[in-house]
Amino acid sequence: MINNRTVRDACLVSFLAILCIGFGSNLIKQEPTIGQSPAKKDVIVAMTTSIEDSGLLDDLVPAIEKKTGYKLKKVAVGTGQALALAEKGEVDALFVNSPKAERKVLAGGAVINRHLVMHNDFVIVGPDTDKANIRGKKNAVEAFSLIAKNQALFVSRGDDSGTNKLEKDLWKQANVTPSGTWYQQTGSGMAETLQVANQKLGYTLADRATYIFQKKNLSLPILVQGDKKLLNLYHVMEVNSQKFPRVNSAGAKAFINYVLSPEGQTLIAAHGKKEFKQALFYGDAGKTEKDYGF
Amino acid sequence: MNTIIEGAVKALELLTDGDCDVFQVMTMTLFVSGTATAISVLLGLPLGMWLALVDFAGKQTLNSLINFGMGLPPVVIGLVVSVFLWRSGPLGNLDLIYTPTAMIVAQAIIAFPIVAGFSFTAIISINPKLRWRLLSMGATQWQVNWLLIKEARLGLMAAVIAGFGRVISEVGASMMVGGNIKGQTRVLTTAIVTEVGKGNYDVAMAIAYILLIITYTVIVLLTILQHDRKIL
Repeated sequence: MINNRTVRDACLVSFLAILCIGFGSNLIKQEPTIGQSPAKKDVIVAMTTSIEDSGLLDDLVPAIEKKTGYKLKKVAVGTGQALALAEKGEVDALFVNSPKAERKVLAGGAVINRHLVMHNDFVIVGPDTDKANIRGKKNAVEAFSLIAKNQALFVSRGDDSGTNKLEKDLWKQANVTPSGTWYQQTGSGMAETLQVANQKLGYTLADRATYIFQKKNLSLPILVQGDKKLLNLYHVMEVNSQKFPRVNSAGAKAFINYVLSPEGQTLIAAHGKKEFKQALFYGDAGKTEKDYGF
Repeated sequence: MNTIIEGAVKALELLTDGDCDVFQVMTMTLFVSGTATAISVLLGLPLGMWLALVDFAGKQTLNSLINFGMGLPPVVIGLVVSVFLWRSGPLGNLDLIYTPTAMIVAQAIIAFPIVAGFSFTAIISINPKLRWRLLSMGATQWQVNWLLIKEARLGLMAAVIAGFGRVISEVGASMMVGGNIKGQTRVLTTAIVTEVGKGNYDVAMAIAYILLIITYTVIVLLTILQHDRKIL
């Protein structure tokens, strides 16, 4: 019964199987060895997309892993989702940028050990034609009022991220309930939202880091910057293991201590300087929100 | 338009440089989607055959469920699998969320109804007399099943191709249960999303080319298996 076709088929099937198995074993080798339970070794850090997109943790993670022996799993989600995951005890540590929302979760007891790590700022970008005439305004709320008054297209992230929370806050301060065709929500990350604003020639609020490395794909200039309200503070915190026993508290602490250490702070300050000729983030270890008047 | 050309150049660069990261993402993609497809075939093919050959009460219901499953949005499957695998979920103790295993589970669930549905169609379209003839010639049930599989191999390979094609191109569920973690659960589709997020459209396009090359290669191998001659 064994003919050439059967042999050839068997060969092909084996080839595909070997491909899969070979790759599989190759990958499994990278898994933690027996004797170190992954539950103890893995630290899940939920963070905002701007940190992921900026590649900051690509610099930090290898250094942290080498120094502490923990394996970091960084999950990039919006700040809103990161906080929600923390409130369910699904992650071990957070690296996020929405102070107001963070304080709420802190008060609820789901997270502890919250520290300011770094800052940069937000900018309002928009089309060169600047229909709402906000160019050079020093006041972000005024700029938002003007955009609403002129019904100029505003593209919102609408994903409950730190950026989105600040944006909603600014509308509130401008006494505007944004709605209508001029206000569009993408429901996605900063990069996609910038691209949508770019294609539709709309205004948007962006964190400076994402704007800097997306700039080569954008025709939107920065129109408003420098208002104190546009300061973007990034905090780390650990999820409370008293409340959620499965949280890897030691691993979370090791991560937090590293980003606050002089070594971690140096890496943060240096990040992006080579590529973009400017810093993307400024280290703030030892400072608190109060130093910035919050 | 430039991105398309730049992407092709970049893809060649990435492949010829032997970029470790890209290779790792490629192998992870093949491993996850290949394993998931294999699992879905091991489960789906027997189910499809059984549905085609055996009559029982509720068969229609099961059939309609499988057809419904073929159209299930992957992102919904991703969400449901996440809820089960989270620490607070019923399977939280397994520590599977954000691992390749979690991705394999989600992708196998996505591919399973497709494989089962296509297998059912392939087996049912064989002349039913063949089975009775084989049985009357004294073949055992296992021999009959094996001969039926051989007879229906065109359709059955189509099942495998469809299942693999669906999972290797899937992004929503992989993102949700795998977390797109660099060096651990990043696959080609989620890597494209990441590179777009970083504003590297040329790199994203390059990875897209690599994804197409890999998918095409595997599909061609499967098609060669399916037919007696090369089809390129």
